Parts: sequence; C-alpha cells; structure tokens
Amino acid sequence: MPEQKTIAATGNIFVAEAMRQCAPDVMAAYPITPQTTIVEEYAKFVAQGKVHTEYVTVESEHSAMSACVGASAAGARVMTATSSQGLALMWEELHIASGMRLPIVMANANRALSAPINIHCDHSDVMGARDTGWVILFAETAQEAYDNTIVACRVAEDPDVLLPVMTCLDGFITTHSIDRGQTIDDETVKAFVGERKPDYALLDTANPVSHGSFAGLGGPFFEFKRSQRDAIDRSKPVVERVGAEWSKIVGRPFGLIETWGLEDADVAVVVIGSSAGNARHVARQLRAEGGTKAAVVKIRCFRPFPAAELAAALKGMKAVAVLDRAESFGAEGGPLFLETRSALYDLERRVPVVNYIYGLGGADVKLELMRRVYSDLSDIASGAAAAEGLRYLGAR
Amino acid sequence: MSEPKWDLTRLGEWKAEEFPLGAVIPEAGNSQYYRTGGWRSERPVRDPKVCTQCLLCWIVCPDAAIRVAEEKIADDTFDYDHCKGCGVCANECPVDAITMVPEGCELTEAEKDA
Ligand code: SF4
Ligand code: SF4
Repeated sequence: MPEQKTIAATGNIFVAEAMRQCAPDVMAAYPITPQTTIVEEYAKFVAQGKVHTEYVTVESEHSAMSACVGASAAGARVMTATSSQGLALMWEELHIASGMRLPIVMANANRALSAPINIHCDHSDVMGARDTGWVILFAETAQEAYDNTIVACRVAEDPDVLLPVMTCLDGFITTHSIDRGQTIDDETVKAFVGERKPDYALLDTANPVSHGSFAGLGGPFFEFKRSQRDAIDRSKPVVERVGAEWSKIVGRPFGLIETWGLEDADVAVVVIGSSAGNARHVARQLRAEGGTKAAVVKIRCFRPFPAAELAAALKGMKAVAVLDRAESFGAEGGPLFLETRSALYDLERRVPVVNYIYGLGGADVKLELMRRVYSDLSDIASGAAAAEGLRYLGAR
Repeated sequence: MSEPKWDLTRLGEWKAEEFPLGAVIPEAGNSQYYRTGGWRSERPVRDPKVCTQCLLCWIVCPDAAIRVAEEKIADDTFDYDHCKGCGVCANECPVDAITMVPEGCELTEAEKDA
C-alpha cells in the first residue's frame, strides 16, 4: 500500500490538494464563500509553478462554467469550484456541460440560496441542480471530499460515462473546519486518474469537428436526451467500481450509500453530508443506553440515485426518517424524501417514512434534535404515532 | 457543391447510441450541406454599374453567400442555395447597389398560376 500522510486541514484545502494531484489542464473559477479557499489555494499552486494548469479568472460563475465548457470541448481536463448563488448562476451551462458530454469536475461548497441572504450550509444549491445531468457525490468529511474529488475525475472521464461530476461538501462545517485526514503521494493519484483521452477535441486540428450543434424539431434531440439517461445509468457501476479501486489503495470505504448498524436495526435515518456523523453518534448513544436500535444510511452518491441499494438497506424497517437539508416548496417533502419514498414503493411490505427538513441556512443540528428524530421513530415503530406530516426539525 | 463525407442516408432512423457523443458533428464546415436558400422571401440583386467593388457586402454576409473571384465581387454574385434573404448586404452597401426583390416577382401571372 502506498504511503499516506496524515495532515490537519480544512475540507477546502483537501479538495484543492486533490485537484492539484489530478492536474487539470484548465481551471476557470470565480470566488464565492464558502468555496473561495479552494480556488485561492489552487491559484497559489499555479503561482508557485506546482501545476501546469491554465488558470482562467472570469467575471462571474456564468462565465466560469462557459469557459470550462469551451476548454473541455477543446480536449482539456477541466476543474472548477463554486457554491450557492454561483451554482445558480451557472445553471444553464450545467445542462450544456452534461448535454455536450464534457467530463468537467466541480466542487460545490453547499450553501443556502438567498433570500434572505445567508452564507451557511444547506443543500438548496445542489438540489436545484439535481436534474441537470451531472453525477453528484457528497462528502461527510474533509477526507471524503478529498477521496470524492479523485474518484470524480476517473468517473467523469470513463468512456462509459463522459459526464460532468459535482462533488459536494458542506459549507463551513466541512469546507472550513480543520479536520484530520490522509493524502497520498502524487504519483499514485497520477497513475490512478491517468490522462484524459477525448474522442473529439477542438484542439485536434487534424480532425476538425463541430461542437454545440442544433437538433431542433424533427431532429435527434429526443434521442440525445435518451443517450444521456443511458450514460448516467451506466455511471452507477462505474462509481462503484472506481470507488472500490480507490478504496483498495487508500484503505477507506467508498459506497454509493454507506450504512451503519443495519444488521439488527428496527428504524433508520437517511441523511446526506456532515450530519451523518451526528446521526451515528446519537444512534450509538441510544444503543449504549439500551434504547432504540437504529441504523444510519448515508447517501454518498446522489446522482445516479441509489434507489435499489436504499430499498435493499431499508426493507423490513419499522420506521424510516429522511433528513432533508433542502426544501422542495409545495412538494410532498424534501428532495431526498421524495426519492427515498419512491425507491421503497415496490417493496412487498410498506415501510413507514417520515420527512424532516433540518439545518437550513446552517441552523445547528444539535444532538438533542437528532434524539427527537429517533424518539419519533420509536413512536412510529410501536404504532403510538403515525408517519405523517412534514417536520421542520428544531424550527421555532 | 460537395457532399458530406459521413454517411447520412439513414439519419432519420438512427438510434440514440448511433449519434456521435454529445451531438458532435465529426466533420467541420458542414453548414454548406444545409441549404438555407429555401428560407428566402426576397432575393438580393446587385447592379454592377453602381457597385464600387468595396467588398463590404462580402464581409458582412452571415452565410458566406456572396461570391468573390480574383479579388472582385463575381458576376455570378449570389449563392442562392445558401443566401437566406436577410437583406444585410443590401442594408450595408454604401452605394445602394443591392436591391431586395420579392421572390417570384419575375414570373408572369400565368406562370404563377402554374
Ligand atoms: S441577403 Fe443576407 S444571406 Fe443573402 S447575400 Fe445578402 S447578406 Fe448574404
Ligand atoms: S457593398 Fe455594394 S458597392 Fe460594395 S462590393 Fe458589395 S455591392 Fe458592391
């Protein structure tokens, strides 16, 4: 096993380090809190000559993703990072990047969307982009943010996939807290990610092609969308395979979903990102107290959605709580709830599922709030309460 | 006019996986195969007696539909297979040497009926 170095750094520094090791040809980025320190650190690598990357400073995120699209179509390995309003401003190019099948890797520091203005963590930004055709990975910790970035590079450029990948980490909680983690040597990452070999590249002047063509009424637009659906479906085994390969090198787990305490659990919590730690901590406490036997299921890969994996993990549960750090105003619940409940629909036995909206705009996810979720789950499991109603966890 | 180098005869039947990835067209300069002349309701006509050979129309035509031979506007000025009749050339010509003429106006009433 190659030697790994244990360091203490913020999630953003871990991401910048992983990007440096993947050695993109182009980075086009615009700063936005709490993502800024990723591109700031990367700019230092450029200034110090540690990378060969063409660093494009742009006037907005709209331009950042546009430049990424152009560079990727030219045949370059391209990375960027954004957050919140920045991701929102990129929205139209997100569709263009996936439709043109460009393997761009982007870190997203999850942050609330205005109004009112807020710079803290929730998942409203990425959930607004969940249907843009990007593969979406989430990190619980700085370590996972590092690992996800490297895995993302391989997945994006896999010939079976060729789609952009977004790697998300929770704003401030993961981006700015100093965390302990391991990095591996440059050579190992370099060998793992390999070189990008584009099928069509604008810079390949011996074989000129047209990118960004028109497929209007009666044209093949419908067929192109179908092939995009096939590609993101194909990405699922690729994420698993590449993740498993990386996991073997570094000795850390990597799964579409990651489960804890599933074997003997009566109830389960489904959660994304940094709050998975709180959920496990309280589940462990409750078990130690002789209380509820709960499992925690963390979603690491949100797109493609691990529906079959979730159904297999949650079947037989007496009650399941889905924790959403984003709203889907006017819908039956948050986005994770909608998809989780849909994933469980075909099970023989109905699993009661309840939805909590939590932590919007960085609202603190205190342990006693997590306890409340487990105690509600016990009540539902015992039949003392019904699994109904959208619950705003801890809102006054 | 040349023909496309890739085989498009079955294009209307292609399945999703048969199209080049990401809607790439693996042959550059392919817009010549698309005849935009059919969009035209008015056609540009140049009066060589007024024209000063400034070449401005050739520069501004968005469809490269104005022919130049030996550094001069060609006698056979317009490529009507591709000129879509936008009128930019007529508008930009500094000496009004280009007139936009309604399509079909050269036909007699009998020809129009036929
Ligand atoms: S009418 Fe438009 S397309 Fe036709 S020659 Fe003039 S500028 Fe070109
Ligand atoms: S712009 Fe007018 S004057 Fe100039 S070359 Fe064209 S037709 Fe002649």
